[in-house]
Amino acid sequence: MSTRYVITFVTIMTAIVAVLLTGFRQATKAQADLNEDIFNKRAILSAVEDYLGDGVTVATLSDDDVMNIFEQQVEQVVVNASGQEIEGMTADDVDMAKEKKKPVADRNLPLYIYNQGGSKYYILSVRGTGLWDAIWGNIALKSDLNTIVGVTFDHAGETPGLGAEIKDNPAFPAQFKGKEIYTDNGRYVSITVRKGGARDPAHEVDGITGATVTSDGVSDMLYDGIKNYEPYFNKVKQSSQLITQ
Amino acid sequence: MAETATVKEAGKTKEPLFGKKERALITDPLNDNNPITVQVLGVCSALAVTSLVYPSIVMAIAVVFVTSFSSLFTSMLRNYIPKQVRMIVQLVIIASLVTLVELTLKYLNYPIYKQLSVYIGLIITNCIVMGRLEAFSMANKPWRSFLDGIGNGLGYGAILIIVGLLREIFGKGSLFAGSGIAMNIIGPSADYWINTNESFLFGWYTNNNLMVMSAAAMFIIGVLIWIQRSWNKKLVDVS
Repeated sequence: MSTRYVITFVTIMTAIVAVLLTGFRQATKAQADLNEDIFNKRAILSAVEDYLGDGVTVATLSDDDVMNIFEQQVEQVVVNASGQEIEGMTADDVDMAKEKKKPVADRNLPLYIYNQGGSKYYILSVRGTGLWDAIWGNIALKSDLNTIVGVTFDHAGETPGLGAEIKDNPAFPAQFKGKEIYTDNGRYVSITVRKGGARDPAHEVDGITGATVTSDGVSDMLYDGIKNYEPYFNKVKQSSQLITQ
Repeated sequence: MAETATVKEAGKTKEPLFGKKERALITDPLNDNNPITVQVLGVCSALAVTSLVYPSIVMAIAVVFVTSFSSLFTSMLRNYIPKQVRMIVQLVIIASLVTLVELTLKYLNYPIYKQLSVYIGLIITNCIVMGRLEAFSMANKPWRSFLDGIGNGLGYGAILIIVGLLREIFGKGSLFAGSGIAMNIIGPSADYWINTNESFLFGWYTNNNLMVMSAAAMFIIGVLIWIQRSWNKKLVDVS
């Protein structure tokens, strides 16, 4: 077969395939993006699952419920490393994977503030490194900005049955509830995932047997990730003190 | 591949839709010529996605779709495909179908798309798909190639689901986790995880973490091959 035939055949075939796939992508794009958005929003709401209302879990919420909660009860803020709110951005706009490549001082930090029954819950996003690949999570704090009310973790490629337990085993994130990130005298300690079992009940949780690197990755992720929000916390605490005085 | 090469085009005589040969095209890959246990193709994804049944089923459906339609299209084009770029053309057909599957999953069920992650894309490199195009579709008529594709996809999918069932029951104690009909079979209930002994049926079962890891799939496939050969004596001489 001549070269000309080959080139014509390949060109026509590629053109047909390109048009078909582009068309299909365009037709499904809106719904696919919405699905992704809802998937991420569910992960964020999981961190405050205990405060969604009686008997309500993230799994029982319909897609519309998720969107409604975000519209009515969730305030989205982006803060920078010096604790200032950045105007004109919502937390959804922040891509944590991109932010992690920037120096700490230049990062934008997404913050979701969930309002329920008059109380505020601050949901932070953190990102770190596990054994094989990235790990990330959402940490929900009470309005004292100290007590954890819930966390969720996810990962790109940790070992199933070992590192992947941070997500798959509900007992792991459940341990974080009620832990505190500051000591009684106000020193920042974050939460440590301790190999061989937690020793300090207020600031440590049990590690996962056989997944030391992932466990340490979670500790580092929490320490560095929550620390970035500290300047903002201090501002919030100052302003709330002013109000109470 | 020797078995399939003997299936020549049947000339000008009219072929029945579901004759003996056509039925064999579907049933052969389920047993005598199974892509995984006999030809040992496509093992990579069979190890990776089978820790739960539900993703295994979705993966099986995706592969049946890709093998059947890539076989159909390749066979339809077989007399026009330039020999010099034959494999590239096959690859374009496979890749477009896989992209279609990926887009459809994103559209219909985003969580399962996240769970299968790269393995949907890796169907492109699954040896079963290209192997069938090269060995069968390039020399056979569209309808038979289509059936051959379905048969091989099903043969692959059947092993995937068997492995998935065993791994999920013994690794997690549940079945169909992640889908609408998730159920706890022998594993501890959700309340159990940390410190209670409550369970749906048998609270005594401790999840076997080996089953969750890919290595377990290797062992299970090995045992399946063993069982199949001890029962189907024809296969013993083939390998």
